[in-house]
Amino acid sequence: MLENYLKEGLKERDILLMTHIVLGYPTFEQSLQIIEAMVKGGVDLMELQIPFSEPIADGPVILSANQKALAGGVTVSQCMDFAAKVSQSFPIPFLFMSYYNILLKYGVSRFVSVMAESNLKGAIVPDLPPEEGQEYMEAMKDHKLDPIFIISPTTSSERMKYLASVASGFMYCVARKGVTGANTDFSIQLQNYLNNCRKATPLPLALGFGVKNKTDIDFLKGKADIAVIGTQTIRLMEQEGVGAVEGFIRDLR
Amino acid sequence: MLNRGYYQGFGGAFLPEILYATFDELEETFRAAKNDPDFWRNYEQLMSSYSCRPTPLTFAENLTRHFGGARIYIKREDLNHTGAHKANNVMGQGLLVKRMGKNRVIAETGAGQHGVATATMAAKFGFDCTIYMGEVDVERQRPNVFWMERLGAKVVPVLDGTRILKDAINEAFRDWVSNMDTTHYVLGTACGPHPFPEMVSWFQSIIGTEARRQILAVEGKLPARIYACVGGGSNAMGIFSGFFDDPVELVGVEAGGQGLDSGKHASRLCSKDASVGVAQGYKTYFLQNFEGQMKETHSIAAGLDYIGVSPILAYHKETGRVRFEAATDDEVVAATALTIRKEGVIPALESAHAFVQAFKEAPALSPEDIVIVNQSGRGDKDIFTVADAFNDPEWQKFIIKKAKAYNA
Ligand SMILES: Cc1ncc(COP(=O)(O)O)c(C=O)c1O
Repeated sequence: MLENYLKEGLKERDILLMTHIVLGYPTFEQSLQIIEAMVKGGVDLMELQIPFSEPIADGPVILSANQKALAGGVTVSQCMDFAAKVSQSFPIPFLFMSYYNILLKYGVSRFVSVMAESNLKGAIVPDLPPEEGQEYMEAMKDHKLDPIFIISPTTSSERMKYLASVASGFMYCVARKGVTGANTDFSIQLQNYLNNCRKATPLPLALGFGVKNKTDIDFLKGKADIAVIGTQTIRLMEQEGVGAVEGFIRDLR
Repeated sequence: MLNRGYYQGFGGAFLPEILYATFDELEETFRAAKNDPDFWRNYEQLMSSYSCRPTPLTFAENLTRHFGGARIYIKREDLNHTGAHKANNVMGQGLLVKRMGKNRVIAETGAGQHGVATATMAAKFGFDCTIYMGEVDVERQRPNVFWMERLGAKVVPVLDGTRILKDAINEAFRDWVSNMDTTHYVLGTACGPHPFPEMVSWFQSIIGTEARRQILAVEGKLPARIYACVGGGSNAMGIFSGFFDDPVELVGVEAGGQGLDSGKHASRLCSKDASVGVAQGYKTYFLQNFEGQMKETHSIAAGLDYIGVSPILAYHKETGRVRFEAATDDEVVAATALTIRKEGVIPALESAHAFVQAFKEAPALSPEDIVIVNQSGRGDKDIFTVADAFNDPEWQKFIIKKAKAYNA
């Protein structure tokens, strides 16, 4: 499972990198090229977002990537096939990220067993709090997959402990209020927040939302275990093309 | 959260973690208000002095004679301040916003009625106000945009997705997750994550409580059937709430658009194009494809043009307590015209869906029977759509002349 992989990685490096892509955006062919570039650039794990028509936790950049992928005809079953292919051909762990309706319509237990067969390691479902996720959590457990849960700056310390008790793999800490893509203030408050998260769980901590560059990642070293780059690589790819991705990732650490 | 808000499998609260604490606060504030008899008394007092409550129950004598069956009554939610039942919900939530000590409200709007009602409440209570509205709706409901802006609200056209009501709801959520410390999201219908379905239905129950008292006072007996249009389901839940424990048949009417077989409609509970899913924070029937992507919806009435439906109504559909029907755009235009001519009242196109079904069924009922149609709103806001539907040549000339004057 992920926790050991991450802890091993942390022996070699002071922070790990997780990146995010929207499957089929701009095309599956380019998704593959982006993954190749990211793996070459040294990412440690990746989130593969299955596009959904109502991505309420995502900001304008990822929202528009979801919509363009769907407008281009991307289907859930194509995403499942593609994810199986990449997670069997690249040497890093892959996670699914999507909204609960995608799992529900596919069949939650079917979705989870296909994930397991395809060598995916876990999933992030931002609109599925554990209170609503009984079936999902049980299926993930049965298949030894990690359900990643989210902590936010508004989460009470009591609730942090509860979330930690049902999570495995790592905890995804969102850096601030708001949706993906907006700016984050890398400040003493963020450091205090990460300290509180650390007190709530022995799991590795990922920090995401607004992480853009090496300065941000340097700040996070020693405070978080995984830096999550989401919107920024989509922006980069849109502005400078897939060719810019590998160097960008390599220069982050 | 103590109560997850389930109605036999429908409902729930599928929330991003960032909103969890906000919903705890909302739930607590709502629960305290619901258990406080003074709160409801203040609410009724506010609605009678600022809006027009109790709204009348009008006997539709000419329509009754025209159809020759059941005695038809109309519950006049159109006579609320701002012209629709939306005021009931908005003023109630406004009182909760005061209790929570917040100073900004946001809302989605489709027809614009809910946006105008929210902007009005914000003006009265001194809150900042931002309204999200799909670009398509901004175009078809321009007069309401005008009024929202006059009332001091910022109207943000939403350019994402299908650019209608559901997209406006997504944008409102995106605002809320950034600004929840100061901001309350005044959701406009009995949908969304718990406690919204219960809370909005509670404020709207004022319609049903009044209607029951009124019909017993004038007729001395209960109606046989009650008809209400169903967008998200708030006006229907409102009037039905007064009669759930009575032997009264409750009929919800959805937007049949260009027909249930055309794919161009917004019928979640009568069509095979809908299935159970989770979106916008709750579980219900959604118009979606087999992989869970939401479909485009269509209705002549912007306020009914929505992918989901109240989880409480989905539950009543399953138990059979409420019957659901659909009315097409054409039927709606005809029923609107007839109601205007026969009774001199102007129903909103949304409300006219309920009239369509009542008109289909009234002739077969006995003259001893009573039916009540909930006129959820007034139709003058729809003047552009209605004028187009009636193909009114004088109106067209007027608009052309007016446009020329602006160009001059
Ligand atoms: C006049 C009127 N009736 C009905 C509706 C539909 O909403 P609901 O089903 O929540 O009553 C709307 C929504 O905008 C409306 O403006």
